[in-house]
Amino acid sequence: MEGQNVEELLAKAERDEAEKLQRITVHKELELEFDLGNLLALDRNPPTGLRHAGPTQEAELRALARDNTQLLINQLWQLPTERVEEALVARLPEPTTRLPREKPVPRPRPLTRWQQFARLKGIRPKKKTNLVWDEVSGQWRRRWGYQRARDDTKEWLIEVPGNADPMEDQFAKRIQAKKERVAKNELNRLRNLARAHKIQLPSATGMHPTGHQSKEELGRAMQVARVSTASVGRFQERLPKEKAPRGSGKKRKFQPLFGDFAAEKKSQLEMLRVMNSKKPQMDVTRATNKQMREEDQEEAAKRRKMSQKGKRKGGRQGPGSKRKGGPPSQGGKRKGGLGGKMNSAPPALGGRRKGGQHHGGKRRK
Amino acid sequence: MRPLTEEETRVMFEKIAKYIGENLQLLVDRPDGTYCFRLHNDRVYYVSEKILKLAANISGDKLVSLGTCFGKFTKTHKFRLHITALDYLAPYAKYKVWIKPGAEQSFLYGNHVLKSGLGRITENTSQYQGVVVYSMADIPLHPKGGKVSLNTH
Repeated sequence: MEGQNVEELLAKAERDEAEKLQRITVHKELELEFDLGNLLALDRNPPTGLRHAGPTQEAELRALARDNTQLLINQLWQLPTERVEEALVARLPEPTTRLPREKPVPRPRPLTRWQQFARLKGIRPKKKTNLVWDEVSGQWRRRWGYQRARDDTKEWLIEVPGNADPMEDQFAKRIQAKKERVAKNELNRLRNLARAHKIQLPSATGMHPTGHQSKEELGRAMQVARVSTASVGRFQERLPKEKAPRGSGKKRKFQPLFGDFAAEKKSQLEMLRVMNSKKPQMDVTRATNKQMREEDQEEAAKRRKMSQKGKRKGGRQGPGSKRKGGPPSQGGKRKGGLGGKMNSAPPALGGRRKGGQHHGGKRRK
Repeated sequence: MRPLTEEETRVMFEKIAKYIGENLQLLVDRPDGTYCFRLHNDRVYYVSEKILKLAANISGDKLVSLGTCFGKFTKTHKFRLHITALDYLAPYAKYKVWIKPGAEQSFLYGNHVLKSGLGRITENTSQYQGVVVYSMADIPLHPKGGKVSLNTH
């Protein structure tokens, strides 16, 4: 009995071994091609079992995948291994398959202005050394960059030239010149970039340097020129056949098409609530205008009284000058219209009316 | 296509509120979906969010209509309600007028409704109130242009 059990066990063990071996070795008609650098296994065997029309055979596909993966792993086990931090690691060879480009080939950039000029003149870049001997510090320094050899802004003694103003700061002059050079370089760099990416540079006058402009650009430049007067183009006459430009007003901004639906709903409901509330809502603009008008009338009445008093008393200067200065408190009230903070002295001194016009933006709408 | 500005929404709501009053908020805030008003070529369309997202894929000059047209803004920015809004206004109407079968045809062809043609009317309807006209079978009607003026009050 026990012997039988032992025999059975041994037979079972043998069968298990055989199965395991079978699992490891895979029989293929055509050998697979391996690119271990990319962990790639290429199976050129014709997939006879998968050509049946109908539902995909999951089991067959899975078996195929399993077999190919087994072969790849077998190959990997044959690579030289090494130990990296308690892990056994196989060293992969160089990949042999050439992968295609991820992004398209970059197109050639347009030449910068210097490159065009150099090409024209036939100037080729001269090979220069990176380090130059610097007498002053007695060491090899860079030709350009940090701690360069001949940095004229770092000199500690500058002789004032004969024709220069003795009070001028020569050091500041050199630093200023350097800043200007840097800025000019940056501008040229950005211009080159813009030319490369065909972006339009913002132009101050609206005019193109070469003079080839489209009708719209010319129209826009003309409009800008017309508006650049002291009175912002109000008294600028048009030429006999000149037409007013279309679409030169401020562009209206609308809410986006799919804005926040919840916010839209909320604002609409709020509007409905206000509409239905049956109480007249206070119009702030009208309230402030009314307040300001009342103040104006009060002041006018006061001035009239003062001038009458002055005439009677023989034109005394006191009340007259007070009028010019103007009560600062009223200038301050003008702003809020609701008894806000008092303004500081300068706006009131500048003239009561003037101050009012600048601060009361919403006046007299 | 764009959403309405504050001014335009106010004008439109005022017009619609003449007919349905506070029930307008049931149109704005619906439990069964997000509906919104959009302006396209001066016409106001009441459209669900789903349809709006689909309509956004059509270029403006090719888009004819979307959702339900409620009305349009005239050149002087006044809002004119259209017959297509009737389906949405009728259920929420505050003041209703039912007309007799005999006067129904006359009304549909644009004539005024006389007192003799009046079947039923909601109580407390003031003069010059905006009403929705129904037939005796509770079908909302819309003429091509006619006024309902009550001479009783």
